[in-house]
Amino acid sequence: MITYIFVFLAVLAVASALAMVISKNTVNSALFLVLNMVSLAGLFLLLKAQFLAVIQILVYAGAIMVLFLFVIMLLNVEDEESLFSRFRVKYFVAFLVGIAVFSQLLYSIGSFSEMLPEVAPEMTEAGTVEAVGEVLYSQYLLPFHIIALLLTAAVNGALMIAQHKIKPGASND
Amino acid sequence: MEPVTTTSYIVLGIALFMLLNSAALAVYAERRVAAFIQNRWGPNRVGPYGLFQPIADVVKLLLKEDVTPARGFKTIHAIAPMIPVFTALMTVAVIPFGDGLYATDINSGVLYILAINSLGVYGITLGGWASNSKYSLLGGLRAAAQMISYELPMGLAVASCILFAGSLSFIDVVNSQEVWWNVIRNPIAAVIFIVTAFAEANRTPFDLPEAEHELVGGYHTEYSSMKFGMFFLAEYMHVVVGSMLITTFFFGGYHLPFAGLWLPEMGVTAKAILDVSVFVLKTVFFAFLFIWVRWTIPRFKYNQVMKLGWKRLLPISIFNFLGLAVIVYFWHHYIA
Amino acid sequence: MDYLHDINAFLPGVIVALAGLVTITIDAYKNDHGSIYGLTVFSLLAGLILSVMDMFGPVGEAFTGMITYGGVSAFGSSVVLFGALFCVLISREYLSAIDHEYGEVYSLLLIATAGMLGLVSANNLIMIFIGIETMSICLYVLAGIIKGQKIGAEASLKYFLLGAFSTGFLLYGMALLYGATGSLYLTEIAEGASSDLLFIAGAALLLVGFFFKVSAVPFHMWTPDVYQGTPTTITAYMATASKSAAFVALLIVLSKMIPAETANWAGVIEVIAILTMVMGNLIAIVQDNIKRMLAYSSIAHAGYLLVGLAAGTPEGYSAVLFYLFAYTIMNIGAFGVVAYYERQQGLDFTDINNYVGLGFKKPLMGVLLSFFLFSLVGIPPFVGFVGKYLIFAAAINAGYIALAVILALASAASVYYYLRPMVYMYFKDPHKDVPLVRSGIVFRSTLVVLAALTLYFGIAFGDLHNLLSSFYTADWVTHLVGQ
Repeated sequence: MITYIFVFLAVLAVASALAMVISKNTVNSALFLVLNMVSLAGLFLLLKAQFLAVIQILVYAGAIMVLFLFVIMLLNVEDEESLFSRFRVKYFVAFLVGIAVFSQLLYSIGSFSEMLPEVAPEMTEAGTVEAVGEVLYSQYLLPFHIIALLLTAAVNGALMIAQHKIKPGASND
Repeated sequence: MEPVTTTSYIVLGIALFMLLNSAALAVYAERRVAAFIQNRWGPNRVGPYGLFQPIADVVKLLLKEDVTPARGFKTIHAIAPMIPVFTALMTVAVIPFGDGLYATDINSGVLYILAINSLGVYGITLGGWASNSKYSLLGGLRAAAQMISYELPMGLAVASCILFAGSLSFIDVVNSQEVWWNVIRNPIAAVIFIVTAFAEANRTPFDLPEAEHELVGGYHTEYSSMKFGMFFLAEYMHVVVGSMLITTFFFGGYHLPFAGLWLPEMGVTAKAILDVSVFVLKTVFFAFLFIWVRWTIPRFKYNQVMKLGWKRLLPISIFNFLGLAVIVYFWHHYIA
Repeated sequence: MDYLHDINAFLPGVIVALAGLVTITIDAYKNDHGSIYGLTVFSLLAGLILSVMDMFGPVGEAFTGMITYGGVSAFGSSVVLFGALFCVLISREYLSAIDHEYGEVYSLLLIATAGMLGLVSANNLIMIFIGIETMSICLYVLAGIIKGQKIGAEASLKYFLLGAFSTGFLLYGMALLYGATGSLYLTEIAEGASSDLLFIAGAALLLVGFFFKVSAVPFHMWTPDVYQGTPTTITAYMATASKSAAFVALLIVLSKMIPAETANWAGVIEVIAILTMVMGNLIAIVQDNIKRMLAYSSIAHAGYLLVGLAAGTPEGYSAVLFYLFAYTIMNIGAFGVVAYYERQQGLDFTDINNYVGLGFKKPLMGVLLSFFLFSLVGIPPFVGFVGKYLIFAAAINAGYIALAVILALASAASVYYYLRPMVYMYFKDPHKDVPLVRSGIVFRSTLVVLAALTLYFGIAFGDLHNLLSSFYTADWVTHLVGQ
């Protein structure tokens, strides 16, 4: 049963990711990305990482993608033109190299893991909120704080770039 | 996570059934209360006291022609109204209606509720976009901006309840209020949560996504027949779900006031009946509050909504959370 | 956990990060550039002094093994803080001259520096990733502060898109390494290292991510455009501090995590080094824009640094560290002088053809630019020569004769484009008389100090070199014993 669910979610995730890239309509792309996030959350649940699954939906599907959609709709982005309207040798070579690297990666991963290994019993505990919090505030304390710093800087920078005209020296109210 | 039992299925079935019907009842209640507040009769022709009015409404909606905008996006136009209904129905999975009466107790239930809630906005936004109409689009955009803005103070208000419960499970949140309801321990967050619940349900004074004198009908301008009915249903289901969440987080869930101090031991059946009726009564009261506010307070301007969300509620909820965190920390370490 | 000990171990980073947050707050309420600038300089100076002191102190781990202190990390921190400090010192005058002095610039510089400090002290892949991201995101913004001009927007957008893309490689590599070894700690990964495909794939993707950050050929495409579109003193920061941080992290990863025995990366780095040196120098020759020329020169320098990494010996590593320091001094200097000319009105002073006759107009600036360019070529007695010599010697001793020969040939080719501005400045007549504004006292004295340092470390390099090799060998020994 679990294997079937896994295969279903995995196919959904890959298919929606592909559809996101292929789709010409930007809103459709964004929606496929949402579908992708949701199926990833399902995969996390299969791995007993419930906190991660919920956060995946809450943060990515629920907040970030809504903002994406918001921006796409607000700017009324036109359908993008086809990337491959003209054949160029460059694209073909890039395609071949991409396929080569991709197949190498697939091969190296495939040689390593089984399809769906059993989830160890102690893993069910590791996925809970308590366990994640415990690790976050002890072992990963420093990275956690630096991420906070990173996000502050990102917000600050985004505001600075988005402001139309800042006059140096003028007081901002 | 506990194994799924028969009780879970029974509770889930009854809860879903009740939620779907409660929406219809809420529609009826809204019209009657509105009439009462405006000193008129309201629907009173269909059945005794007009009680069958919702059924008549549904029949009317089903019989109407389903119009789809010719240049709209048909698939998304059809999918959009289902999303808020789904998300509203999904919330009952974790709400405890009584001692042991819940469908499931997941370890991160509170986050689950917030996550599901945050998905509901897709329905409105996409519905607005797929209609290919500027009024709809504006309504959808307003909904998206408003819901994102009010999710943050809502999350922080909920987080300050978690401080008392020490767990993200709904069962623990309710049990931590056996003596002291959160509204007494944490009144600021209670006010913030009620306000944000109004905003998340797109109810007056936050019903800008469908502000009829500016945007015709907002996001559902181009909807008719049962697709419109779904949006309508979802709105009232969100009212009911919002009331249930207010009850659960801040008004003790199924507990009577200070129940831990005086309530005697009772049999399982008696307790279950008491719990459920207490919970339902509280929910009904808050649903009434939703309606009451709608017919009392005028709509905000859009900039006021944003200002309230980002410049008032968010800082207040952050400071409230920080202050409570410090107090709870010292309480646990030095006093208790 | 002993928090005081941990915080003490990362004190420079803590100071710089706090200063970053305080400057954001000051900027929000007062918009007082004077105090923001003062606080920035003060915190960077304090951090620099602390990390220099840390170089002579003990070596250890902190924050549950997330970071290390002392030794290589302390030296890396010092170089980063040195670069940041001197860039900030020359930034204020330049930015206010081009009318783009914002308080955010200093906050972002500080936070980027804090990220770099995390990066150079990293002992865990998570720290490396977060350090790189903190640094990069701040730099994406800083690249685009000249708004309303296509060139600034292009720089920022290109840097952002390509940077995000390369981060994908980096992260995927880390995920595969974690899958192969079950740990994120560098030393534990080294213990679990095997030559199975998953490990090699992970290491390869990780290296791709790093090669992008240090702009090694063929991952260098973004460099010239970004360097050209960014305000010059910020470019100096990108070219020195961020590159040093990335290189120190690469060095740490290579030396600690991927032992050469299991993953045979020396060959890869050798090829990349040759490509980078040859391409960087060749393309630099045809550049007319001095900022693009310096960008290609910085690519070429990345190639020299990779030679030292390819050698893979303690000698090579300490040579790389020395070279990073030397490169930081002379590159900030060169960009500083360019910034001075660039802000003059009248002519486009990023075009080398307009440098005609400038040498005699403002003799000090002319002499300073000559100092830095000579040092970049690698002519004794400047510090660039010592750095190049150490790397050359390390490559020879490790048996990479071909690499060493190419290094020498590439440096010889670089003489052409480094000396070209000087030929224009001193041996050609000015074709239009443009009045040059005098530079401020801080700006001038900063450049003079840098020039003095190129000379000082070019002559008295022994102490620093001994220090570097001493703690590197000590580190190396503990590393080997640890295995």
